[in-house]
Amino acid sequence: MAADTSIWQRIGFRRSFGVAEAGWGRTLVVAGVSFVYFLPVLFIIFTAIKPQALALSVPPTLSPTSLFGLIPDQFVFTPTLENFSSVFSRVMTGGGQPEPTGFDRFFFNSIVIASASVLLALILGTLAAYGFSRYPLKGNDTYLFIILTTRMLPAIVVIIPVILMFRAVGLSGSYLGIILLYTAFNLAFTIWMMKSFFDELSTDVEDAARIDGSSGTRVFLKICLPQVVAGLAATFVFGLILTWNEFLFALLVTGPDTRTVPVAMNQAVSSGGRGTDWTLLAAIETLFLIPVFLVTFFLQEHLLRGVTFGTVRK
Amino acid sequence: MLVLPPVSVPSLRTSPTLLEISADNWRLASLVGVVVSALAVAALPADVAFWIVGALVALVAVAFVVNAYRRRYYGGLLVAPAIAVLFAMNIFPLLWSLGLSFFAYQSNRQSIWFVGLNNYIKVLTNDIAAADNWHALINTGMFVVLTVSAQMIVGFMLAMLFAKQFPLRKYLLILVLTPMMLSVVASGVFFTYYYDPTFGILSYAINSIAGGQFILMDSKAGAVAGIVFADAWMWSPFVMLLVLAGLVSVPKYLYEAAAIDRVSAWRRFWTITFPYIRGLLMLALLFRTIEAFKLADLVILLTKGGNDTMTISYHLIRIANEQNKTSEGAAISYIMLFMVIVLTNLYLYLANRRTRES
Repeated sequence: MAADTSIWQRIGFRRSFGVAEAGWGRTLVVAGVSFVYFLPVLFIIFTAIKPQALALSVPPTLSPTSLFGLIPDQFVFTPTLENFSSVFSRVMTGGGQPEPTGFDRFFFNSIVIASASVLLALILGTLAAYGFSRYPLKGNDTYLFIILTTRMLPAIVVIIPVILMFRAVGLSGSYLGIILLYTAFNLAFTIWMMKSFFDELSTDVEDAARIDGSSGTRVFLKICLPQVVAGLAATFVFGLILTWNEFLFALLVTGPDTRTVPVAMNQAVSSGGRGTDWTLLAAIETLFLIPVFLVTFFLQEHLLRGVTFGTVRK
Repeated sequence: MLVLPPVSVPSLRTSPTLLEISADNWRLASLVGVVVSALAVAALPADVAFWIVGALVALVAVAFVVNAYRRRYYGGLLVAPAIAVLFAMNIFPLLWSLGLSFFAYQSNRQSIWFVGLNNYIKVLTNDIAAADNWHALINTGMFVVLTVSAQMIVGFMLAMLFAKQFPLRKYLLILVLTPMMLSVVASGVFFTYYYDPTFGILSYAINSIAGGQFILMDSKAGAVAGIVFADAWMWSPFVMLLVLAGLVSVPKYLYEAAAIDRVSAWRRFWTITFPYIRGLLMLALLFRTIEAFKLADLVILLTKGGNDTMTISYHLIRIANEQNKTSEGAAISYIMLFMVIVLTNLYLYLANRRTRES
């Protein structure tokens, strides 16, 4: 046995697939890859705690600590939290008292709009996906394809009629308008994704429950939904990420009261004609990353857990 | 002997006649809805009429729902709410802009007149406009092939790395997922910094190793590489997550059986793993291709279309938004839609054929 274990097998690549256990060797390899992959983000986070004067220094400053002398002094900067406070209130040109920038409101808007629209899309989309999967309509594939087409056109084409429509009915600049727009924006992906999960479930258990007299609602809620929790979590995370960072619709449809962070961020860093304010941009982005990062982190268990707990699969 | 419990099947109701007042009489509800909303639109100001029409649509919808429920038409019932939202927010505006593409309309002017297919003819054959369009389209094709294949390869490899349980996996996975969570505005702007010839990290690193002045965005190849790299970096985690969801759902006993039968790794992959991830892989490919066709934000931020990196989406934004040629833009986007539809149908056809074979 020992004769045919290669170095790769010994450090944890013993079997290539499946949720098998692997050792610390695998951790080391993956940690290396992940760290390199994460570097550009790390740089943004470090820029957020840089003194503003060092943002564009040559050579670039890379780290807030010298890591016990590992990193040469020229690449090290002293961290500061100044940038984070200037996100919410900053001294405008000409001096005087710091003025509020309204970013607390924009963060609130982003949270309300993204979570409402993603949840709404998840509820409507899951129902529709279950319908498409279990009670196929005449021309089922055609409907699904039309739904997919709604994602194919560049947003700019849809947005002009949407603006005209919203202005006509007074939805322009309201929460309802942007939430409905984002719900539709997420529905195509939600339906396709959830349908692929429902399709993969075995119908044996459902049929058995039906024969035993369970109602359709009960079969859906008690038997189908628990099996696709992983799919729901994944869809929720994807929808949240896409909606959270959406820029074009938000730019054209939201008003000053409902403006979301990406739009405000774009305006904040390029206003004043002095070029990009790197440390401010990094500070906003870092703060803006935290909620979606936490949600993804806490849903990760579901995201990764296989959907195989004793159910018969096709 | 097995005795099934008696199941009472209520007899299906017959359809109500047109004038019968009942909750499931959708014909009457639709008739009332059409007549009253036509009157409301004609007589009342738009914002009042909107809510009246909305209420009537709700009434008709209720009638349809009750009708579907009483006739056990659950498929339609489950699908209807999603279709309603999609129709109002997406399909209706799509049809509107389809209509606009047959008119001469500029969003900064009042006049509008019917020109038939002229917009399409103009964007496809006009000497000046068409050359730009075709060029942008070819560039887009190049970006689609490069970014999607880069994302699929990197995403797939990352998924393979994470397809097992190992210590700290949870914390490492979230690191890889973070690029996807960044706002394109921020990450795009920061990529201009990384690529910057004077201040940027990339140039600094290359200059200090190789000497001389390194400017990535100087040539077309460099500019394209820069955009593809940034895009692939942001969206490979998306492919990875979908593939990973497939990989972890493969039942373990299949591998155990394969191990007993001493099946080779290559065959194990194609006969066990691949069928489980095929659906999700296809989904990832489909959505990334559609998104790649719409690539505009990174191009705007990184090159502003310079160095021959203009994509059709960015070109479209310029025409429709900056030059206000709304209907020409609509015509271009419908030609583009047609191409994407052909491409996706090809995908779906191939995917379905594979499924039928196995």
